[in-house]
Amino acid sequence: PSTSQVQRGLDKFTGSQMDQKAAEVIQYILVKDQKKIPVRRADLVKHVLKDYRYIYPEIMKRVLQTFDQVFGLKLVEIDTKNHLYILINKLEPQEGAAGPPNPKMGLLFVILSLIFMKRGAVKESECFQCLLYICGERHEQFGDVKKLVTDEFVRQRYLECVRIPHTEPVEFEFHWGQRAELEVSKAKILDFMGELHNQDPQTWSQQYKEAHAPPPAAPSTSQPNHSQR
Amino acid sequence: MPPHLGDSHRRFLQSMMSNSVMDEQQARALYQHCCDIHKAQCVPDKLDDFIETINSKLQPMFMQIRKGMSEDNGQQYYALVNMAETDVTRMSSDYADNELELFRKTMDLIVSSENGKVSSTDVLNVADTLTIKKLKKSEAEQVLNRLVQDKWLNEKRGEFSLSIKCIIEMEPYIRRMYEDQLKMCHICHNVAFQCQICDSPTCGIKIHNPCVARYFKGRVEPRCPACDEFWPYEIPGISFYISIYKST
Ligand SMILES: [Mg+2]
Ligand SMILES: [Mg+2]
Ligand SMILES: [Zn+2]
Ligand SMILES: [Zn+2]
Repeated sequence: PSTSQVQRGLDKFTGSQMDQKAAEVIQYILVKDQKKIPVRRADLVKHVLKDYRYIYPEIMKRVLQTFDQVFGLKLVEIDTKNHLYILINKLEPQEGAAGPPNPKMGLLFVILSLIFMKRGAVKESECFQCLLYICGERHEQFGDVKKLVTDEFVRQRYLECVRIPHTEPVEFEFHWGQRAELEVSKAKILDFMGELHNQDPQTWSQQYKEAHAPPPAAPSTSQPNHSQR
Repeated sequence: MPPHLGDSHRRFLQSMMSNSVMDEQQARALYQHCCDIHKAQCVPDKLDDFIETINSKLQPMFMQIRKGMSEDNGQQYYALVNMAETDVTRMSSDYADNELELFRKTMDLIVSSENGKVSSTDVLNVADTLTIKKLKKSEAEQVLNRLVQDKWLNEKRGEFSLSIKCIIEMEPYIRRMYEDQLKMCHICHNVAFQCQICDSPTCGIKIHNPCVARYFKGRVEPRCPACDEFWPYEIPGISFYISIYKST
């Protein structure tokens, strides 16, 4: 939009109308986040913002502030090409956090550990062999374990499923997805492996270095509109 | 001055978001836990004030942490409620339209029943009358299982009742939809599904089973709190509720 469109938008709506719209955006994002589905900016504009699209940055400023101050969450853009956003937690993760532990997350943790210990990639077939060993083909809580991994974890961006080039028949491998990179601590994974194998985590020197490397530059924040401000 | 929100409040809210419903004991433990982590002061009896502080910040988003009593065990439960979507459509991302119709019809049967319960046979019979798209018996059974798993319904010995999560989250909807048919508890003034009803034809007040247990506890002769007629039902003992509570 042009500067004049933005200005007209700002003139058109009152502060409380903008707050109301921000509340709708928050609701929308929270519902998606509950299923850990990334939010697409185009969908947000089309389904929620509508007439407010020209003052998108103004609305998002309020949204980000509320996520930060009320929920302790941060909206992060994980795909700058398609403009996809996820919510990550700003509060320090806690051991034994209250509430029943989520068994799916336990399984995910195992898969992420496996990938991490194999230096970033595990063949799909190898991963499923390992899962078969851990929980069988159908699990009473997870149902179809393969489906959980290839559909849910990949869709939620905990895992990334990548085609291995030049394989015939086609083969895939799993990597850590962007959500895992943002939410899961590699140092914790290594501690977990250390406990499991009764071994000092430092003996996996490569992994130890990676886990304790200074964090990369913070993920592109959240100001979801770069072009016009 | 508006109450100040700290990380202890934020952490508590995050846990409420990931747990669909929490009993009072869990909520108290969580309150303590969140205060410990963030070195905030935890006043044991002030859980509801703590929640009120969170609610004051949630209000602009039409969200609220609400409390309700389970009709099964008399315990208080907490749930985070989205007030903007107070009807069954809030479930539409998880259930197909005909499955939601089945749920609505199940609610109809429960609300119009004497005892707040409906048998699985009666529910399966209405599966045949769905207007959107009929469900086969086996499909309807699966939907019911999912509704129990997702904690919208309780199932006990082939009978369904509304879960505490459903009552807390859908109360505004239930009050609006079933205005004339609803029973209100004479003691706690909340909607009552599973309850005892005064025998006296001119009175007929309703009392939740757990409220009956609390109200008549230690009274020699149970009499209706409204008309003073003899209360002819078995009084569930409070120890009975505590025992169910501890066993779950
Ligand atoms: Mg999150
Ligand atoms: Mg990768
Ligand atoms: Zn009552
Ligand atoms: Zn009476």
